[in-house]
Amino acid sequence: MAGIDLKRFHRAFFEESFEGLDAMEAALLRLDPAQPDAETLNGIFRAAHSIKGGAGTFGFAAISEYTHVLETLLDEMRAGRRAICAADVDLLLRASDALRGLLQAAQDERVAERTVADAIHAELTQCLQGAAPTATGNAAAATAAPAAGWAIHFAPHPDLFASGNDPLRILRELTTLGDARISVRDAALPAFAALAPETCYLAWDIELRGAVDRAAVAEQFAWVEDECELRIEPLTDGAAAATGVAAPAPLAAAVPPPRAPADGAARSEPRGDGASIRIATAKIDAMIDLVGELVITQAMLQQLADRLDPATSEVLQQGLAQLDRNTRLLQEAVMSTRMLPVEAVFSRFPRVVHDLAARLGKQVRLQSSGESTELDKSMIEKIADPLTHLVRNSLDHGIETAAARVAAGKDAAGTLTLRAAHQGGHIVIEVADDGRGLDRARILAKAAERGIACDAAMSDAEVWQLIFAPGFSTAEQVTDVSGRGVGMDVVKRNIESLGGRVELASHPGQGTTVTIRLPLTLAIVDGMSVAVGEETFILPLSAIVESLQPQPEQIKRVATQGQVARVRDEYLPLVALHEWFALPAAPRAAHEAILVIVEAEGRKLALQVDALLGQQQVVIKSLETHYKRVPGISGATILGDGRVALIADVGEIVRLATRAAAA
Amino acid sequence: MSARILAVDDSASMRQMVAYTLRDAGFDVAEAADGQEAYEMAQREPFRLVLCDVNMPRLDGIGLVRQLRQLPTYKFTPLLMLTTESGPEKKQEGKAAGATGWLVKPFNPEQLVATVQRVLG
Repeated sequence: MAGIDLKRFHRAFFEESFEGLDAMEAALLRLDPAQPDAETLNGIFRAAHSIKGGAGTFGFAAISEYTHVLETLLDEMRAGRRAICAADVDLLLRASDALRGLLQAAQDERVAERTVADAIHAELTQCLQGAAPTATGNAAAATAAPAAGWAIHFAPHPDLFASGNDPLRILRELTTLGDARISVRDAALPAFAALAPETCYLAWDIELRGAVDRAAVAEQFAWVEDECELRIEPLTDGAAAATGVAAPAPLAAAVPPPRAPADGAARSEPRGDGASIRIATAKIDAMIDLVGELVITQAMLQQLADRLDPATSEVLQQGLAQLDRNTRLLQEAVMSTRMLPVEAVFSRFPRVVHDLAARLGKQVRLQSSGESTELDKSMIEKIADPLTHLVRNSLDHGIETAAARVAAGKDAAGTLTLRAAHQGGHIVIEVADDGRGLDRARILAKAAERGIACDAAMSDAEVWQLIFAPGFSTAEQVTDVSGRGVGMDVVKRNIESLGGRVELASHPGQGTTVTIRLPLTLAIVDGMSVAVGEETFILPLSAIVESLQPQPEQIKRVATQGQVARVRDEYLPLVALHEWFALPAAPRAAHEAILVIVEAEGRKLALQVDALLGQQQVVIKSLETHYKRVPGISGATILGDGRVALIADVGEIVRLATRAAAA
Repeated sequence: MSARILAVDDSASMRQMVAYTLRDAGFDVAEAADGQEAYEMAQREPFRLVLCDVNMPRLDGIGLVRQLRQLPTYKFTPLLMLTTESGPEKKQEGKAAGATGWLVKPFNPEQLVATVQRVLG
């Protein structure tokens, strides 16, 4: 079982199995033997069925075997092949108790006390044999080893495709078993005009040479055996038979079945803090919502209290200060229930790196740190793909082959480092390699070729940014590793949609580091509140570059683009927020207002607002669920005074505004 | 992007194992907890492959396969059932409903990946 450690699923398996047993017990107690309810019986069966399947998959063979008898009995009951009496219900209840004992023992990694379970197992078996049709050996064990190989005649029925099967797939698999000579019979093929593209007209004769088990050949056809004419006959080839190839021992017998360790000595996985319950995320979200409301109420009370005379309201102020503290602690505690260690994503990379390195013929060492850093669950799910892309990129383009590395005086094995850490209210994740670094000249050449604006005088940092431009890819040929049609622009967009940023540092010959900075949670945003007319808007702090009060000569009107603002030798499209949202604000010249320079997807924009009100954390409320989606707005929040403020979707505004400007 | 696969199982641990294993192998996996949810998801986007358990609440695997096969987008899509060794008749029932094939539980991650890679070619 190389690769994936199934242990990681054990906790979920046990939780779910115990829940299944609880449900089974409740259903058994509810069951009226005289008139068994079909759905109740189905539910009981499913619980046993799931436990059996899980136990088999996750390496608890004894439990799987025990549950199998129970499941078979239940299957007959639900199929109506067996009447149920009160004694049966009693037996089933005792069986589920025994099963619980076995599971408990497996969870605690101790040897199960089996006497009770064995007795019940015997009882169940006896019960089954009472009336059950005993399954007899149906599959004739025709596994005799072949002499020279097999002559296979395979004629699919015309409607084979309708089951999603493909003869080509089967033929391809056959070629992996041995030396296959395949000839097609196209006699049934009609004239082109009469050809129905969804019909299979062809048949094949295959001569498969090699010491292949008949069962192995038959297995390739298992899915289609009722949808084809199939003959598998030993090859009667004198020459091959005369070589007298000894029948090879069946491989399966040589491989010992995996066994659970007999003692717990080798196991040291910490499961100390194991007590956990599973909660629907909707409940947690509701709690976060309520806490958000509480924070707002608290702010409102604070504002009211601030208007009172301090001399008379001292005690009230003290109480409010305490409420403030407790509210924040409560908020943090509730938020933390949504947090998962970043290990949940990092753990997939050892395998990814191992496989990729092998495929690329490179030597790569993977290091990671900060796996216990916690991140919002929804964020964990969303960064997995971008991170995978970055890791693939590093391996494919960054780290050199062993020979090239040695020639450059480096260790033959490259190092890929994944790091996660908290940094001032943000999570920082780094993907760093010690490869060849980015090639400035090549990036510039490629950008020019792709029609991306660039010039040779750009700083390194600006050149690296070109990689994030849509349509950019430096891979000379599209490899199956990186060239999946997803570029760094998608990575950047995904991260930015989470309110994060991507930064890149690179040194020739020393490697490249990509740094992703993410907010702690998607439920709260650090925002700048700005006034536009009578309204207050929130701009996410992560998107703001700077704010300034422009001089009249900085504002220009360009015929095709509307207004632009000249900021440090750069002309930025200027969007007045009151116009954008069609607000009845007093028209004000841009130079009398404040410009907030925002950046998204590598493009900057100047937003004209009336005033900056201050910086604050706001709880994001979805506008979509309460009202409807509004272009340019990502959500709403409630201010301390009870008013609603809309949160601007800077990414969308930049996208729409720059597109309009370019058109 | 890589092929999108829909994994359907009412057992969370089994679903997680299937999804994790396939993601690890580079596939893009969506998850559904029963046939009904899977059917609704499958109508919204065309998956390249559907892997489903047989016994599930609301809509079982056989029913799911039968309904999916009737959708034009799923006419030729590989639909694989995760069955236990206990039922040759289940396999028949699945095939009759239009399933492409099956994977017998218990299976290990390597078998799962090999089968999926074989089917997706």
